Amino acid sequence: MTRTPPTLLSLSIDSALHHLSSFSDLSHLPDHILLDLFLRILKAGKLNEKILKLFLASGDDKVLSFIKELNIRPLVTPVLPTRCCGRHSNMAQFGIKDDDVDIVIVKDPDLKDDLKVPDGFNVDIYTKAEMDKAVGSSLTSQLFSGYSCRYYGYLVSKRKYIMSIDDDCMPAKDDKGFQVDAVAQHLFNLGNPATPLFFNTLYDPFAEGADFVRGYPFSMREGVPCALSAGLWLNLADLDAPTQALKPEQRNTRYVNAVLTVPAKAMMPLSGINIGFNRELLGPALFPGLKLTKEGKFRWETMEDVFSGMCAKVVCDHLNLGVKTGLPYVWREERGDAIQSLKKDWEGMKLMEDAVPFFESIKLPSEAANAEDCMLELAKLVKDKFGSEKNSLFIQAADAMIEWVKLWKKGASASN
Amino acid sequence: MAGASVPATPLLKDELDIVIPTIRNLDFLEMWRPFFEPYHLIIVQDGDPSKTIKVPEGFDYELYNRNDINRILGPKASCISFKDSACRCFGYMVSKKKYIYTIDDDCFVAKDPSGKDINALEQHIQNLLCPSTPHFFNTLYDPYREGADFVRGYPFSMREGAHTAVSHGLWLNVPDYDAPTQLVKPRERNTRYVDAVLTIPKGTLFPMCGMNLAFDRELIGPAMYFGLMGDGQPIGRYDDMWAGWCTKVICDHLGLGVKTGLPYIYHSKASNPFVNLKKEYKGIFWQEECIPFFQSATLPKDCTTVQACYIELAKQVKEKLGKVDEYFIKLADAMVTWIEAWDELNGTPAAAAANGSAK
Repeated sequence: MTRTPPTLLSLSIDSALHHLSSFSDLSHLPDHILLDLFLRILKAGKLNEKILKLFLASGDDKVLSFIKELNIRPLVTPVLPTRCCGRHSNMAQFGIKDDDVDIVIVKDPDLKDDLKVPDGFNVDIYTKAEMDKAVGSSLTSQLFSGYSCRYYGYLVSKRKYIMSIDDDCMPAKDDKGFQVDAVAQHLFNLGNPATPLFFNTLYDPFAEGADFVRGYPFSMREGVPCALSAGLWLNLADLDAPTQALKPEQRNTRYVNAVLTVPAKAMMPLSGINIGFNRELLGPALFPGLKLTKEGKFRWETMEDVFSGMCAKVVCDHLNLGVKTGLPYVWREERGDAIQSLKKDWEGMKLMEDAVPFFESIKLPSEAANAEDCMLELAKLVKDKFGSEKNSLFIQAADAMIEWVKLWKKGASASN
Repeated sequence: MAGASVPATPLLKDELDIVIPTIRNLDFLEMWRPFFEPYHLIIVQDGDPSKTIKVPEGFDYELYNRNDINRILGPKASCISFKDSACRCFGYMVSKKKYIYTIDDDCFVAKDPSGKDINALEQHIQNLLCPSTPHFFNTLYDPYREGADFVRGYPFSMREGAHTAVSHGLWLNVPDYDAPTQLVKPRERNTRYVDAVLTIPKGTLFPMCGMNLAFDRELIGPAMYFGLMGDGQPIGRYDDMWAGWCTKVICDHLGLGVKTGLPYIYHSKASNPFVNLKKEYKGIFWQEECIPFFQSATLPKDCTTVQACYIELAKQVKEKLGKVDEYFIKLADAMVTWIEAWDELNGTPAAAAANGSAK
């Protein structure tokens, strides 16, 4: 394979592309380079709020008219599933007051108490009434109870990006004592390419002060779009009940200052506590499928995010999309009792043992070209594999997947 | 589940050799003295054998120059690179210890964020003595580290982990960039201390840097051949990369783990990017062929020892990469010579397979 050597100009623009977030002023750039840079930024999917502001500040007519024509505005929907009231001071602390951020609160249909939303927030609230009206009460209870109420928010959002945080999480402080802007970090992760095809030992090569290391093939340095950003948790990490019960004093105090792409083909447990994703690319793949028989109202008693995450990873690997993990951290507070949760069935853990070999063996057909198709294929494969088992939770999950994709497609065609 | 308390890391001073390639001097050892002095050093002198390398007082070492390599290996010495730090793998071959740590002579002791000196060797030993988790990614990184564990959803059947064969450390200050990146960013320095050790998942390749590297010689030693580089060869600065790709494929096949992350060392010298570009030039194009080759390489089930895996890989290199350039035919032959020399110097290959079964 031959490649023409790059010009000095293109190398400079490449370099600027990687480091634009550390520029404070673009006004000294010649106009034609500014426009070229802007178009490259768009093409690379690296346009975020900070960079948009930089270009707006440049005052360049051509760039400004582009931005106006394309109607570019930052778009984020944080979806806050709510299981308990009175804990919404966290919204203020996350600093989500921007006009371009929609806040969607979804109330667990089983929650009887009233919600108290702090003043000053422009929010959309969805409760059992809205869900029943939209999808019918049997689907509501099948798909959207407990932690899974958040998926209703994903469904109704019209935005490109979604961020979802459990309501027992606060903003964290980084290793230098500064408050972590989780929204900005998730957007940065989603807005920059992921690198699943080859591992970069300096982690995210698009982070400031980093790059691809020696030996990283050049043909893979463009990366792929990042569809999912899985953040982490300080204080109470997302451990399962037996682990937490064995180590009741254990708290996660280690701030690991890195974002990295989870390599293609590698499986990982997705925690729904702190995620961001590209709804347009991956929406249907994050779904409320796996409902444990004794699924409870504490994180230790759920598995829906883990199962959904395994599906999402398979879909991403198939569609050549990336999944990142690491920053941002949130601060997760004490809730529930691990030992009480432990007394319930260990169903979830047993399920994983069956699920893992299944996921390892999945091969999606090349005709499945988007997330919906992939999900329907996955549902088929789940039914093939677990069809002989009666009352299998996997079969129920497959049915839920099919219902979910139907709802998704309905929502998509309604907005067109 | 991970252990509740972490005992002090054993020194392993009679089980670990430190291999250092050098052409100039070993002054950098003074800084490492508190950490390295208990250990035996194997110094492989690159370049002009008539030059005398001064080793600081108090270190227990053996030193090999080109004359020694020729004497010990005879005609098989052709597989060891000349005038390139790739010659260090000769040190792996002659060592009698279970573990190897190799470090470049421009690497110094780094400081952690609290300002404390980092004992890189101790961290590498911890990494090698603790299991790896190549079959499922743990989002809290190394679950065996103090304060960490497996996250919710991590399958219990996989929590025993796999034996760790390689511990790949990182570098603060001058990062390990290739020549084109160095040319575009000559001043970039790595100041980000990432407090993590993680296992590189099975099936994923990575660029292995030989500047700060430790491995279990008994588990994976014969795969750590650093190729044909330097004088008389069309390529340089791909020695560790080559060893890394081979090693990872074999580790994946034998069910062994590779870790990366801590410890950091402080890399002080930025080599000349123009010189580097000349050395790497062909490699930049060839790696585009090599990576797909290694990513799709499979080893037959009956390859249950590292040597058998390596010989099989050499066969495939000759078949598939030989078409890219004649160099790979020479390299494949050298890979076989390396295994023959390894077996000669170390006795016949062990009857017991390396840990884990062939997949």
